[in-house]
Amino acid sequence: MFQDRYSLAFKLYPYAHSPDQDAAAPVRHPVIVVGGGPIGLATALDLGRQGIPVVVLDDHEGIGMGSRAICFAKRCLEIADRYGCGEPMLDKGVVWNLGKVFHDDRKVYEFNLLPEAGHKFPAFINLQQPYFERFIYEQIVEEQKKGAPIEIRGKNRVDGMTVAEDHVKLDIMTPDGPYQLEADWLMACDGASSPLRSMLGLDFEGQVFQDSFLIADIRMKTSSFPTERWFWFEPHFKSGASTLLHKQPDDVWRVDFQIGWDVDRKEELKEENIRARLDAMLGEGVEYDIVWSSIYTFQCRRMKKFRHGRVFFAGDAAHQVSPFGARGANSGMQDVDNLGWKLGMVIRGEAPDSLLDTYDEERIHGADENILNSTRSTDFITPKSKVSHIFRNAVLSLAESYEFARPIVNSGRLSVPCVYDGMSLNGPDALPGGPARTRPGASCPDAPLGDAFLLNQLGNRFLLLTIDADAPDSLTEDGVAVTRLALSRDQDPSGALADRYLGDGASAVYLIRPDQHVAARWDSYDETAVRTALRKACGKE
Amino acid sequence: MAKLITTPNLAHPDDFYAKLIATHDGLTEDDSMALNARLILTLANHIGDQAVLEEALSVAKATA
Ligand SMILES: Cc1cc2nc3c(=O)[nH]c(=O)nc-3n(C[C@H](O)[C@H](O)[C@H](O)COP(=O)(O)OP(=O)(O)OC[C@H]3O[C@@H](n4cnc5c(N)ncnc54)[C@H](O)[C@@H]3O)c2cc1C
Repeated sequence: MFQDRYSLAFKLYPYAHSPDQDAAAPVRHPVIVVGGGPIGLATALDLGRQGIPVVVLDDHEGIGMGSRAICFAKRCLEIADRYGCGEPMLDKGVVWNLGKVFHDDRKVYEFNLLPEAGHKFPAFINLQQPYFERFIYEQIVEEQKKGAPIEIRGKNRVDGMTVAEDHVKLDIMTPDGPYQLEADWLMACDGASSPLRSMLGLDFEGQVFQDSFLIADIRMKTSSFPTERWFWFEPHFKSGASTLLHKQPDDVWRVDFQIGWDVDRKEELKEENIRARLDAMLGEGVEYDIVWSSIYTFQCRRMKKFRHGRVFFAGDAAHQVSPFGARGANSGMQDVDNLGWKLGMVIRGEAPDSLLDTYDEERIHGADENILNSTRSTDFITPKSKVSHIFRNAVLSLAESYEFARPIVNSGRLSVPCVYDGMSLNGPDALPGGPARTRPGASCPDAPLGDAFLLNQLGNRFLLLTIDADAPDSLTEDGVAVTRLALSRDQDPSGALADRYLGDGASAVYLIRPDQHVAARWDSYDETAVRTALRKACGKE
Repeated sequence: MAKLITTPNLAHPDDFYAKLIATHDGLTEDDSMALNARLILTLANHIGDQAVLEEALSVAKATA
C-alpha cells in the first residue's frame, strides 16, 4: 500500500499520525502544498514567514537521494536569502568562473564568467540538490521555532482531489489508511509527472527530445580536476556524443554523458559499463568511487495555464526544461517568489483575487523564456539533422581560431531572471536616463551598502527606495503599507548603486514589490503617482 | 535601416565565382558542405545585421 518510489538522502519528517485523520469531517486549512521538493518547501517557507498557516503533504519522509540539480543561479540564491537560507548554501557551494569547451581532442576555447563586483551572491554555485533542499528545510525548522505555522506531513500521498468554487478537497493515503482534507488554496508542487495535473486532466504539451543522458557523480580518490566547467562536443574518448564535467562540494564531480536514444537502461547503469565510459575519459590509473548514477531524458514543455481557480501549479509540475542552462529549480524558485506575496495579500484581504491571475501572466512569460533558451541549447548540443550537425561543427571549428564564433557556441545559456516587460502590474518608467536593467518588471540587482548589501534591505513588503530624493517615511494606500528606504550617493563609494539605479539621473524613486521586482520608477516623489502605481502593482487598477 | 543589396554589387563576378568553385576543388561532398557552413557563418558575422540576414535567408529559400 505504501511503497517508496525512491530512497532518501535525508529522512526529515517521519510519518506521524495527525488528529486531522480522526476528525469526523474533513478539516479545512488555508493553504495545502502538495509535494515537498525544493519548490513545495520554498512555498511553505514563503507563506509561513508571512504567518499564513500551511500544511505540506509529501509521499515520502524526506529528501530524495541523488543529486539532480547542481547549478544554482544568483537570483535563486537571492530568493533563498530573502527566506533566510541563502548564506548556508553559499558556504557549502562551489563557486566557479572558468569554463572550457572541447571538440574531439582539441580545446576550442575557454571563458571566464567575469562576475560583476558588488553582489552578495556569485553568478552560480554548484551544490547537490539534496543539500539545497535541506537548507530550505532547516530554515523551515528555524521559522517554526519562531512560531511560523508550517506543518510537514511525511508519507501523506494525495490520491484524489475534488475542486470546488471556493475550496479543494483531497483524498490522502497514509500508512494508517486514508483520510480527507480541505484547503482554501492548493499549491501543486508535485513534480514533473504531477499526479494532480493528471487528476485534473490538464494538458502538458511540448517537445520531447530523443536522447538520453547518463549521470555519474564520482568522488576522486587519487587525482583531482580543477574547479571549472568542462564541456566536450564529440569527445575523442567516445564515452558519449557530448560530455560535461563539473565540480560539486565534498570532492564530488558530476559527469554527464549524452548516450543516445536507443539505449538499454539496465545495461548502461551496470557499474562496469559506467566505469568503462569513465575510464576512457579519465585515463588509466585514476581512482574514484561512484556516488550516484542515473539515466535521464527530458522534455521542454509547460501547462497552458498555471492557475486553475483555487489550484496553482509551480515548479516542474507546471513546466519542464532540459537541464542545459540550469533552469529547472532556478525557475521554480522564481515561481514561489512570484506567487508567495500575491497569495499572502489575497488571503489577508489586501488585494483582489485578480492579483493571482498575474502569476499566470508573469510566470508563463518566464517559463516560455526558459523553454526557448534551453531548447536552443539542446538543439546545439544534440543536432537533429545532418545540416544542423554540419553547422554546429562549423561553429566549433571556427571558434578554435576566431573569436567571432565563440558566442555562437551554446553548451547551455546559464539562467538569468526574466524581466516582466509590459506586464499588467507594471507602473511608469519615469526616470529619464535610468539604466535598462532596473526598468519596471526587472528584478533588482544587488549593490554593496557599506558592509551590507542592498537586497537584504528590500523584500517581503512593498518598499519605496529613494536615492537622493525626498519622500515620506511611509504611506498607506487602501490597506497596503509602503515603507521608505532612503539612500544617498554618499553611501555608495563604489558607484555600483548609481550605476545600477541612477544611470544618467541625479535622483531616483523606485517602487519595489515584495519579490524585489521593480514596479515603477520616477526621478522624484509624486504622491499621486506612487499611490496609483501601488494600486496597479496590487492588481487594483 | 540597412537593407539587403539585391542589385549587382560584385566588381568582378567571374573572378569571385571562379574562386568560390576552386575553393571546393578536391573536397568530398561532406567537406564541401562543412566549408559552405563555415563560409556562411563567417559572412553572417561580417554582415552582423539580423534584419539583413533574415532577408538573405528568405531570398535563398524563396528562389529554390
Ligand atoms: C539530471 C538533472 C539535472 C538538473 N540540473 C539542474 C540544475 O543544475 N539547476 C536547476 O535549477 N535545475 C536542475 N534540474 C531540475 C530540478 O531538479 C527540478 O527542476 C526540481 O527538482 C523541481 O522541483 P519540484 O519541487 O518542482 O519537483 P520535485 O523535486 O520533483 O518534487 C516533487 C515532490 O512531490 C512529491 N510528490 C509527488 N507526487 C505526490 C503525491 N501524489 N502526493 C504527495 N507528494 C507527491 C515527490 O515525492 C517529491 O518530493 C535538473 C534535473 C535533472 C533531472
